[in-house]
Amino acid sequence: MLELSTIWAGIIAFAVLTYVILDGFDLGIGILFPFAKTDKDRDVMMNSVTPVWDGNETWLVMGGGGLFAVFPLAYSVVMPAIYLPVIVMLLALVFRGVAFEYRWRTVRARWFWDVAFHGGSTLAAFCQGIALGALVQGIPVEDRLYAGGQWDWLTPFSILTGVALVIGYALLGATWLNMKTKGELQRQMRSFARPLMLMTLALIGLVSLLTPFQDPIYLIRWFSWPGVVFSVLVPAIVAVVAWILDRSLREKRDYQPFFCAIALFVVCFIGIGISFYPYMLPPSLTIAEAAAPDSSLAFALVGAVVLLPAILAYTAYTYWVFRGKIDPEESYH
Amino acid sequence: MNLFANFDAETLARIQFAFTVSFHIIFPAFSIGLASFLAVLNGLWLWRKDKVYLNLFNYWKKIFAVGFAMGVVSGIVMSYQFGTNWSVFSDTAGPVIGPLMAYEVMTAFFLEAGFLGIMLFGRERVGPGLHMMATAMVALGTLISATWILSVNSWMQTPAGFDINELGQFIPVDWWSIVFNPSFPYRLTHMVLAAYLTTAFVVAGVAAWHLLRRNRTAEVTRMFSMAMWMAVLVTPLQIVAGDLHGLNTLEHQPQKVMAMEGHFDSHPEGAPLILFGIPNEDEKRVDYAIEIPKLSSLILKHDPNAPLDGLDTIPDDEEPPVAIVFYSFRIMLVIGFAMLSVALWSLVQRVRGRLNEDRCLHRTSVLLAPSGFVAVLAGWVTTEVGRQPYTVYGLMRTSDSLSQVDAPSVATSLIAFIIVFFAVFGAGTFYMLRLMGKPPVEGIQKSHKPIEISILAEAA
Repeated sequence: MLELSTIWAGIIAFAVLTYVILDGFDLGIGILFPFAKTDKDRDVMMNSVTPVWDGNETWLVMGGGGLFAVFPLAYSVVMPAIYLPVIVMLLALVFRGVAFEYRWRTVRARWFWDVAFHGGSTLAAFCQGIALGALVQGIPVEDRLYAGGQWDWLTPFSILTGVALVIGYALLGATWLNMKTKGELQRQMRSFARPLMLMTLALIGLVSLLTPFQDPIYLIRWFSWPGVVFSVLVPAIVAVVAWILDRSLREKRDYQPFFCAIALFVVCFIGIGISFYPYMLPPSLTIAEAAAPDSSLAFALVGAVVLLPAILAYTAYTYWVFRGKIDPEESYH
Repeated sequence: MNLFANFDAETLARIQFAFTVSFHIIFPAFSIGLASFLAVLNGLWLWRKDKVYLNLFNYWKKIFAVGFAMGVVSGIVMSYQFGTNWSVFSDTAGPVIGPLMAYEVMTAFFLEAGFLGIMLFGRERVGPGLHMMATAMVALGTLISATWILSVNSWMQTPAGFDINELGQFIPVDWWSIVFNPSFPYRLTHMVLAAYLTTAFVVAGVAAWHLLRRNRTAEVTRMFSMAMWMAVLVTPLQIVAGDLHGLNTLEHQPQKVMAMEGHFDSHPEGAPLILFGIPNEDEKRVDYAIEIPKLSSLILKHDPNAPLDGLDTIPDDEEPPVAIVFYSFRIMLVIGFAMLSVALWSLVQRVRGRLNEDRCLHRTSVLLAPSGFVAVLAGWVTTEVGRQPYTVYGLMRTSDSLSQVDAPSVATSLIAFIIVFFAVFGAGTFYMLRLMGKPPVEGIQKSHKPIEISILAEAA
């Protein structure tokens, strides 16, 4: 029988992955914002996500709120451990979130909200990458409390994962825009996608090579049976996805590059999952140790089983309603 | 940072939570009411085919979008405040309140965010029926959200249905009693009515502003009339709901009521109602008190001679701060009765057919436009400061809830929040006021194409 805590770890992982993909491409648009050649292009870029960004960001609340609900110990240890990156990320998200509305409400200060959108998106992505790096490095726990220092998260490794996520999100953003726009803007975004892909691959490789040295448990995981199977499999899948992505860009496809970029993220995310399992916070807390009592898990699970499929259905419906290329003449505001 | 050099981490964390949550509550208080108003407007447009309703919908929808964006981003901050500064509380109370908040996300946040795009931008794409459904879903989402979060807050005030395990965590035993804990129905009713009143007075204030500026269009008079009907119907209900909530608080959190009333001393033969005074916490008395004998006992016990205990019966380390609670409660009451007066005044003028003519009423309405926000904040200050020194009432102290973070980190993030929130939400408020400053005019947003241009032209 599956433990309730394992099922919940799967649901939280799913929520985080969904967040990374969905907000990934709309943060990516913010990261690419200053490269747009005209104001009109920036309008189109932003309009491509205007109707859906709220929903995308709600998955972050689901990740945080879900963690609080079912793994309160993990939540209460992680937040103080990555205190400053979390605070900076939240403030960055404030700036880029309001920019969606504010930039249409002013002419004189539009440049400011454009800068806020770009800066906020980039900084939020960077902080999320740092948080990931800090988790991989390991978070010491004593007596159900965070036992490290205020700056433990800041290392060359976490900076590297921060940069990697910014570049990765930019790749998602570029391939999203390749799918949603036409004309000169699409050509420009397509031309960005290839170098971004190469940089993303290089950073994935670098992070993957350094990860086993962050903690011995990863070394054992990846270089002993059966983990060694994944050590061959995961890079092989990354290579295949990258090859398809590259070909689809050369063939000027609309949809394929975006879904290939998503696949890259999914594979990397599974790789992180392989590293972590059965830990929630390696090397201190396992999933079972971090979990709330079964009565909490069961109560919340009833809702999740019914509600998450419904949420996915109406989210998909919203994307369907706003499908297709963005008409540069059409404005939402 | 020198500004906060003398504060410890706990004080700073409390200031930070109070600051971020106070900013946040302003936006939901507005969007709960406005979402329902928009659903009603859209429904009336589809039913009556009266263009005035559509124009009003399109006018308020833009203001709603700005307010909603501010609510979303300040809400994301809130969902991480529990972990960053109050991690011990999160670990201890998480098994009970965490699942309720997860339900809030799954039943409300996604619903609002998922259908907001269609509500704001999708009318032409999905047709009137589905657009109406999306609009209704957004309104429903705001109400569901209020339900869960008020259940969480109420559980912290009047905990029920739990056990405490060997780790000291609160463990759920009976979810029904947790969700429907003793103060929840009262608090929920009081807050939802407050949100509706807040919105009604904003709408009335905007309409009155345009009436004073002689922008007397059908849209303006219609929304003034609708807002004033809302005030007439809801204000009396709110006073009854507030009274019942107060009686419930007397039963479960008597210290809070003692602080609200300024009753330092027990009154075995009927307690006076202190209308105003200056609480003197050192001397444990209210200076310069203006009081009406026995009225407090009459209100709280429905008997002028009923004995009422004072704070002298409570150990000092279990008392809430009195002055803040005493003042904020009175601010809320004064605003409540000001709203009631305006509502009755508008009713008289409506009967006399002078609703759109009475400029004095219009000026007062403009003045009262932001009063709902002040009342909401004052009410929350009353209830939150009044339940100190506990986070989970009677069981977990605020001082035992704090994270292992040092004061400089909390001070730095606090300063960052203050600067960013004032700048960002100041700008947002400015944009909302500018939208409100333009009259709702016939023909705006007939199709959504030329709008951007028209806004550019108007702003230029």
